[in-house]
Amino acid sequence: MEDDAPVIYGLEFQARALTPQTAETDAIRFLVGTQSLRYDNQIHIIDFDDENNIINKNVLLHQVGEIWHISTSPADKGVLATCYNKTSDTKVMTCAAVWRMPKELESGSHESPDDSSSNTQTLELLCHLDNTAHGNMACVMWEPMGDGKKIISLADNNILLWDLEESSAKAVLSSSAALEGKGQLKFTSGRWSPHHNCTQIATANDTTVRGWDTRSMRQIYCIENAHGQLVRDLDFNPNKQYYLASCGDDCKVKFWDTRNVTEPVKTLEEHSHWVWNVRYNHSHDQLILTGSSDSRVILSNMVSISSEPFGHMVDDDELSDQEDQHQEEKIKEPLQDSVIATYEEHEDSVYAVEWSSADPWLFASLSYDGRLVINRVPRALKYHILL
Amino acid sequence: MAAVTAGSGSGSGPAGSPEATGGSTGGGGWRRPHGPLQRYYGPSTAEAAEASPDPTDINGPHFDPEVFMTKVRNECPLGQLLAREAALGREIRALDSDMQTLLYENYNKFISATDTIRKMKVDFRHMEAEMDDLAANMAAISASSARVSAALQDRHRRGAQLAGVQALLRKLQALVEVPGRLRCWAGTEPARALRCHARARAVLRHYRHLPSFRAIEDESHAIMADLAQRLRTRLREEKLDPKELTECVEMLLQLEEPAEELSEEFLSQAGARLEAELAALEAELPTADPSGTATTPPPPASDILDFVDRGSSAFVGTLCQLASSYRALFGGDTGRLEPFAAALATRYFALLERRLALERGLGDTSLLVRALDRFHRRLRALLELLPAGADAAAALVARAARERVDRYLRALQTFFLGCLGDVRQALAAPRPPGKEGPGLPDLLATLAASVLGQLKAVLAYVQLFTARDVAFASLPYFKGEFCVTAVREGLVVAFVRWLCRTARGFADGPAERGAPAAPPALLLLLARLCLDYENSTISYILTLTDEQFPPQDSGPAVTPGPALCAEARAAAQRLLDHYVQVQGAAVAQMLRKSVETRDWLGTVEPRNVRAVMKRVVEDITAIDVQVGQLFEEGVRRAQSSDSSRRAFSVYSSSRAPGRYAPSYTPSAPMDTHLLSNIQKLFSERIDIFSPVEFNKVSVLTGIIKISLKTLLECVRLRTLGRFGLQQVQVDGHYLQLYLWRFASDERVVQGLLDEVAASAAHRCLDPVPMEHSVVELICERG
Repeated sequence: MEDDAPVIYGLEFQARALTPQTAETDAIRFLVGTQSLRYDNQIHIIDFDDENNIINKNVLLHQVGEIWHISTSPADKGVLATCYNKTSDTKVMTCAAVWRMPKELESGSHESPDDSSSNTQTLELLCHLDNTAHGNMACVMWEPMGDGKKIISLADNNILLWDLEESSAKAVLSSSAALEGKGQLKFTSGRWSPHHNCTQIATANDTTVRGWDTRSMRQIYCIENAHGQLVRDLDFNPNKQYYLASCGDDCKVKFWDTRNVTEPVKTLEEHSHWVWNVRYNHSHDQLILTGSSDSRVILSNMVSISSEPFGHMVDDDELSDQEDQHQEEKIKEPLQDSVIATYEEHEDSVYAVEWSSADPWLFASLSYDGRLVINRVPRALKYHILL
Repeated sequence: MAAVTAGSGSGSGPAGSPEATGGSTGGGGWRRPHGPLQRYYGPSTAEAAEASPDPTDINGPHFDPEVFMTKVRNECPLGQLLAREAALGREIRALDSDMQTLLYENYNKFISATDTIRKMKVDFRHMEAEMDDLAANMAAISASSARVSAALQDRHRRGAQLAGVQALLRKLQALVEVPGRLRCWAGTEPARALRCHARARAVLRHYRHLPSFRAIEDESHAIMADLAQRLRTRLREEKLDPKELTECVEMLLQLEEPAEELSEEFLSQAGARLEAELAALEAELPTADPSGTATTPPPPASDILDFVDRGSSAFVGTLCQLASSYRALFGGDTGRLEPFAAALATRYFALLERRLALERGLGDTSLLVRALDRFHRRLRALLELLPAGADAAAALVARAARERVDRYLRALQTFFLGCLGDVRQALAAPRPPGKEGPGLPDLLATLAASVLGQLKAVLAYVQLFTARDVAFASLPYFKGEFCVTAVREGLVVAFVRWLCRTARGFADGPAERGAPAAPPALLLLLARLCLDYENSTISYILTLTDEQFPPQDSGPAVTPGPALCAEARAAAQRLLDHYVQVQGAAVAQMLRKSVETRDWLGTVEPRNVRAVMKRVVEDITAIDVQVGQLFEEGVRRAQSSDSSRRAFSVYSSSRAPGRYAPSYTPSAPMDTHLLSNIQKLFSERIDIFSPVEFNKVSVLTGIIKISLKTLLECVRLRTLGRFGLQQVQVDGHYLQLYLWRFASDERVVQGLLDEVAASAAHRCLDPVPMEHSVVELICERG
């Protein structure tokens, strides 16, 4: 049971941006971007050694500004994109850029953490996403399952689709769409759907969730007043193409069927403050991870709306040869939708939670005070799902 | 002891010497209380003396003068002897005079008796002669009487013979006249003709071998057949009232028509009549619209009591009458009658049901109860005949009652919604400046009182169904199930549940997606209402119901009061939480917009508290007043007197790292706030949107927490310039100054504001905090 204990890593700066290294499927690796107005910002590459329960880290300097969003290429382990604040005396501008990390860090080196601080390395800039005409960048999304050539960024009220050319050295704006309407419209977050040949994205602005077709750049559905207050984050169910989760300032997490958006399929009300992040587990979509500014991370089991058949259809013959296993099977009842665990290791608002891309039973959460916590799905549940 | 001996010795003498009598009575009087004692110690000496023959008893049979003398001489003193002697002398003289008187009297009587005997002897001799004369006379009389009767015998016989012949002739005459009479009566008075025929029939049948009699018989038969024919036609064709019908069938029976056939005829005739009556009843009902009731049918012409009255007097009356005559006519065989009556009764019930269904709205319950009562009473007569109908009738009444109770429930619900509408209007009504509208407590009191009053009124109406003078109230259904299932569960409990659900609906439903949300004041009001229900109203209502409708011990299970209370409490909690969220969200929205839209980098040096902060304080003060109208103050955590004066500090940055978790991997110089971390480590975690308690302080704390946490999160998303930080500092101090008094624990306010300040400092490009004295000055001026 010892290795079920959470592993905590402390950053020296405050941080909001967290992402798994999407292209990496063997090692457990997360990237964290820091926020500091007065020091050089960093990207910490966190390697987690599952067997020894040890964290190894490498630090890359990100000198252009504090990082608000970070995402990694699904195809190239070394490529990542950040949204960062460029601060002048009277103006703050959020820009986005694509970077390449040094070759030797791509697959993780096992340097000892002690001397890492001395030899920090610098990112290599591949290209800027030019947003002078579009406003502040809220986030950058890579085409999931793609070849790392297409990205979409959200800038104020614009959706920008870029093609990365010349091995990412040049970003060409291929198409864009703008959200028209009253008032100051601003996208807060977005997600690229892995379904439908990756032709759909979902965006959130204020209390509304919208779906877009990337080919025509037209809106395909719209969930007005999806949440009572601001929608903070979205995620697509990786296994059910029409299912979408959203979370927001009304402390709720809602699950939608995009074919019928009048009512949410399900609503979770477990957090006691704004929910900043919601993530489906990549392979077992009943596992839902949420992070909130009540400093808690909650892992929920939403069996009833998952792709998993409700209740195991266990073939009796398979088990009859092993008596005790059979008995175990009997005790096991189909799990209800429930909160599996509430993780309280954080002491400040949790702004990001992410599943590992390599190990489906492992996830990281990041709170504002720079604390990164790596946790695992409880073993009992894991076996219940696997067996 | 001497007195006792004297008493027993001489006191019982007939002369009754004074002292002896006195001693005896005195001894008896003295002795009486000792009776039980004496009985215990055995028979007294006196009784023992009486038992054996006493030779000294002067009146006793064994008196021995010698013994007596010796005894007296031996025992008595001289004085007593002398007194005794004088007494004895007096006694002897009295006895002598008595004897003389008796002797005289007896002598006189003897003389008169002798005289009488002598006179009797003379009289008897005279009487003997007269008796002899009398005997001779009597013998002469008897001889002459025998002679007379012998002479008259012959004539007497002839007279008797003649009288017989005449009677026979009269009978023959009557027989001959039978056909004529029959013919005469058959038209007008068939009953008389029948009687006549019945009398003649036996004789005619007996003498039918004589041609003349046969002719008469044939003729009368023909007439009777004709009569039967006519009766049958009448039976078949005419509309007969039940009495005529009975008569008619009775006559036909006497005419020896086949009973089977007749009973069928009877029933079909009766059926036709009853059908007609049912049709008349049906005519009052609006015709069922086969195309669906697009237009609501007009209200029925007559009220239900009228309808039931007519139905029971016409239909039920006729049916009873017919049934009883059928029984009288065809004996106990009711094999045909029962299904017939059952079918008709079922149709009647169906009609009544349709009529009851027309009783929409509330109408007059007493009228309905009376109508049902009448129906039920009238039906009793029929029920003897048709036991199966009892259940159907009872079920009908029960259904009607249940239906009415359901209507009342709906009416109550409508009423409550109406009240809520009024309250909403009162809350939304624009108030002329300076003039306060009705306060929340007034509105609450009005709402609660009118709902409770309405509920009581409804209970009173429903109670009519179980009134003692209503016949069906004694049905087991109305005694048990009606009270419990229909009234307690179906009306009272259902209403309370519905009320809680409706109240909850304001918190759960509409705020979700666009629909017009309930005003916060209404949420607060409903929360208080539900809380009041939980505290007292529910138990009051249930007690009232149980009093008016006493539940049966063995009745179906009832919803216990505590369960209802729990529901009400849950609803109240949900409403109050929702109130906090709505109000908190309103304030938070204001703060969020103010932070998001401001240019924090390019702002000028703060001179004032921002207007939005003043607005926040105003709003929270208003909320405080609003909540205070309905909820108690609540407890505040004790505070130190100088806490409000505490400096609103901005932590300096760059501290050494702290290790506080087991597998903490430290990295390079820490830039986090040790102080704030330590503070967090030791302070409790604050849940922002957490359930609140039912008091003002808790509600206000909830709202303030939501607001300040929003401020914190929003500040963290911005980048501030030096003056931006200073503005946040000023605003924070201002909030601190005015908000701490509303919260249950000012440390919560303090903690959150500290975090705001720390975050602001951290998000600041040029963190130069303002002089604290200046901050204070600005706040005091604002």
